[in-house]
Amino acid sequence: MLDVLVIGGGVVGCAVARELSRWRLRVALCEKGADVCVGTTKANSAIVHAGHSAKPGSLMAEYNVRGNELYEQLCADLDVPFRRNGSLTLCLAAEDRPKLDELYADGMANGVPDMRIIGHDEVLRMEPNVNPEVVAALHTPTGGIVCPYELTVALAENAAMNGVEFHCEAAVEGLTSIVGGGWIVHTRKGDFRTRTVVNAAGLYADVINNMVSTTLLRITPRRGEYWMVDKAYEGAFTATLFQLPSAMGKGILVTPTVDGTILIGPTADDIDDKDDLSTTLPGLEQVLKVASQTWPGLPRRSMITSFAGLRAHLPSHDFVVGEAPGAPGFYNAAGIESPGLTAAPAIAEALCRQIVAVLKPAARADFQSKRPPVRRFRKMSDDERAAAIALDPAFGRMVCRCEMVTEAEVRDAIRRPVGARSVDGVKRRTRAGMGRCQGGFCMPRVLAILSEELGVSPLAVTKDGGASTILTARLDGVKEQSK
Amino acid sequence: MTALTTICDVLVIGGGPAGMAAALAARASGCQDVLILERESELGGILRQCIHTGFGLHIFKEELTGPEYAARYVERVKEAGIAYQCDTMVISLSAERVATCVSPSHGLQRIEARAVVLAMGCRERPRGAIGIPGTRCAGILSAGTAQRFVNLEGLMPGKQVVIVGSGDIGLIMARRMTFSGAKVEAVVELMPYSSGLKRNVVQCLHDYDIPLLLSHTVTAIRGKERVTGVTVNQVDANLRPIPGTERDFACDTLLLSVGLIPENELSRAAGLELDPMTTGPVVDERLECSVPGIFACGNVLHVHDLVDNVSMEAERAGQQAATHAAAKRGGTTGTGDNAGGNCARIAVRDGAGVRGLVPRRVSAEALRQGALILSFRPDRVYRNAVLLVEADGVVVNRLRKRVVVPGEMVELTIKPEFFLETFPKQELSVRVEAEDGRIGAKA
Ligand SMILES: Cc1cc2nc3c(=O)[nH]c(=O)nc-3n(C[C@H](O)[C@H](O)[C@H](O)COP(=O)(O)OP(=O)(O)OC[C@H]3O[C@@H](n4cnc5c(N)ncnc54)[C@H](O)[C@@H]3O)c2cc1C
Ligand SMILES: Cc1cc2nc3c(=O)[nH]c(=O)nc-3n(C[C@H](O)[C@H](O)[C@H](O)COP(=O)(O)OP(=O)(O)OC[C@H]3O[C@@H](n4cnc5c(N)ncnc54)[C@H](O)[C@@H]3O)c2cc1C
Repeated sequence: MLDVLVIGGGVVGCAVARELSRWRLRVALCEKGADVCVGTTKANSAIVHAGHSAKPGSLMAEYNVRGNELYEQLCADLDVPFRRNGSLTLCLAAEDRPKLDELYADGMANGVPDMRIIGHDEVLRMEPNVNPEVVAALHTPTGGIVCPYELTVALAENAAMNGVEFHCEAAVEGLTSIVGGGWIVHTRKGDFRTRTVVNAAGLYADVINNMVSTTLLRITPRRGEYWMVDKAYEGAFTATLFQLPSAMGKGILVTPTVDGTILIGPTADDIDDKDDLSTTLPGLEQVLKVASQTWPGLPRRSMITSFAGLRAHLPSHDFVVGEAPGAPGFYNAAGIESPGLTAAPAIAEALCRQIVAVLKPAARADFQSKRPPVRRFRKMSDDERAAAIALDPAFGRMVCRCEMVTEAEVRDAIRRPVGARSVDGVKRRTRAGMGRCQGGFCMPRVLAILSEELGVSPLAVTKDGGASTILTARLDGVKEQSK
Repeated sequence: MTALTTICDVLVIGGGPAGMAAALAARASGCQDVLILERESELGGILRQCIHTGFGLHIFKEELTGPEYAARYVERVKEAGIAYQCDTMVISLSAERVATCVSPSHGLQRIEARAVVLAMGCRERPRGAIGIPGTRCAGILSAGTAQRFVNLEGLMPGKQVVIVGSGDIGLIMARRMTFSGAKVEAVVELMPYSSGLKRNVVQCLHDYDIPLLLSHTVTAIRGKERVTGVTVNQVDANLRPIPGTERDFACDTLLLSVGLIPENELSRAAGLELDPMTTGPVVDERLECSVPGIFACGNVLHVHDLVDNVSMEAERAGQQAATHAAAKRGGTTGTGDNAGGNCARIAVRDGAGVRGLVPRRVSAEALRQGALILSFRPDRVYRNAVLLVEADGVVVNRLRKRVVVPGEMVELTIKPEFFLETFPKQELSVRVEAEDGRIGAKA
């Protein structure tokens, strides 16, 4: 019998699993996809929000501000890139100026530290590439940026090191309550008996909740589309730049990423299909149009990719966190839309506290809070590189030329706990394929290494699990006429 | 552990046709100390995966496959005893011509060269660069990646294919996928003309009844785990999709052949001036870049359509590099106008209808001595074209061509007699006009 079964391997599920692994509990995590971090967590703005834009008094506000506080230590422990680059909310029209004061007041109510409203000149001094028509801005220095997939993978790895079992391709299909307490969770990989359940199924948290709770939830996927700008523009901005909501649009930001690229987006459109991650012509055009209000010099010809993410939107527009009505031992983390990435560590802390209060386990004396640092060629000095290759020649074989990822790193990403099982899994863990050629060079090489490491045919290797195979047949020995 | 710095005369980065021809020419010019670094496990460059014929007509007077063409050069490199190191990627290059490279067998090395030849080739533009909307599932890959799978690894990336872009790689892959048992539904091209060689349109599409949809683009990609289909629209004169012209194609694979970009990470690192039009380094008539002692040739300089031209261009770069290295060894750095590298002063400017003239700078000497070759691509198709050569804005010569197309590089030889004493002082430019009077769009 498990103590806790976590449903969903996004940032929330993995953060909960890692938090629970501080205690003497038997914990398992079931994820529908072939890897952790295949849902909303893989495609979002990657901002660790300061907390001024959440409604005062909401759970979003509370967990946002607390989550932000926890980030520094968490990312240091897990060796995940995180930077407090600060954020600026730009007021671009004089008549909108009062809205900055409202935001400031909300931030004060939410307990956001060190905010300041600054004028035109100071904004341009801080960010010379911003639209010179800027009137003023709210500066929130505690805002930050993080790599969401590295964080989620690191949470999973650290949880696994501390004894959490991970089951991928284990979609939860039903739950049965056990008389006298506990649940049987029916998954694609068999049934699990557990004393408690955490529902962190992202866009599908409503479906899971509605299997057991008397309070029904309904999540609407709200799509956000993005463009990614080439690393050549690294340094164009330091801070994350929001715009005040205006007639032109709402919520489209321009931000540096921890990897040196610049991200612009997202749009916000409600759609029907919870798996529809396609981008659209109008959406992508809108992003360019609105973002160029912030960044007049936006280099339209230097985009490396576009993508979309789906927010798990509830009509209440607030998080639902805690034991579900009518379902003892079943805990929700539902409606975790933005700022859910920021809030995840705080949501995990809150849920863990509630579960520990019920199950009353002892703390694990041997809990390892740190993930062993991952060795990255691109971050090494030349001397470190020379030493690394001397010990392991695979550090001398470049797999991804754009992001300088070596064969050694790809193999390590597959071999680590909760290791990569797909080309995208390798990409999320190493950045191979995320650069300006978008995998044109490295994909065949990554595929070959996966095939070798996993002991499967190249035809069985997938882009991201399921039926996403990349190759369809072997041309056995068919040395065709050369024409 | 600190890497030692070794010294060499001519360092060639990239062991494709450009790199090999440059190294051979450097050796033929008397340079004993030439080293080629190649990141793949064999020499040959992109030719290794181009198993179709059509290479070598000019240089060898016969139709060879890519690997055959490459093999002839590899043999010559070996015969000449030129040093080369494969599985070695150059990861940085400084303006002082110090290259840092890594390999599994030699670890991290630093090589200081008296002259460097850049021959890194080019890469394919990714989907993001052209912003096709839709899903990002499996089954979307660049045509060159597909070519590598099929020709080098014997692995098929799909059964039912739509190809975006009618550049040579797209055309060649349409035929290759068909040969290998796939059904190619269509080749979709945004422009009203193919950007590939005419012979490839005929031999790769027409001969196999593969439709070429000119003035069309992909407006949606469907599929969750793997591509299931695409929507194609006709585009208007501004290249925008025309509503109501949607056509759906079922397919499991979308191959992208939407352009090549010179591989200039190292050029940027070395601080070379890059040309916004070719995206390769700015060079003078000796193929020397803005940093003295660094030369460039082949696809890293500008994207070629014929490998024979690559080899010939590279020979010039190799000779010049050898000369530079010898001068450095001897303690001098060239003579006259060539002193201290790229100081040719006459700018070469793209006139109307002309794109990406190479070289960008020429010396007065080169114009007087003659036989300067300029190359460029026109911005569209011109029939009965007239190329107008101008010196400081004055037309000095008109050259006629039956047709010029963007898919084929145009070369023109600038002869001293063009100028009748009025050599340009500041600027040499070329523009193109069609004889029907239509002038090229303003450059
Ligand atoms: C456009 C956009 C921008 C955003 N920007 C930010 C931002 O800048 N800052 C910020 O803090 N937040 C942001 N967010 C919000 C943040 O991304 C989410 O709140 C967070 O990623 C949610 O994590 P999660 O773990 O709840 O969901 P997910 O990452 O979706 O994880 C849920 C997992 O559950 C799995 N699952 C589903 N059904 C089942 C089942 N039946 N059985 C087993 N597993 C199942 C899924 O496969 C998935 O892996 C943004 C969101 C979007 C869409
Ligand atoms: C699909 C296709 C079809 C073609 N068809 C024809 C045809 O029919 N006829 C014809 O005449 N021409 C054809 N061509 C054109 C011809 O192949 C090219 O013009 C020629 O290969 C360019 O030579 P190159 O040496 O400049 O570049 P490449 O052949 O690309 O060689 C560059 C080399 O540099 C290496 N390199 C790059 N960066 C580094 C680094 N940092 N460190 C170490 N090594 C590095 C690369 O691995 C590569 O081997 C075709 C090209 C393609 C792609």
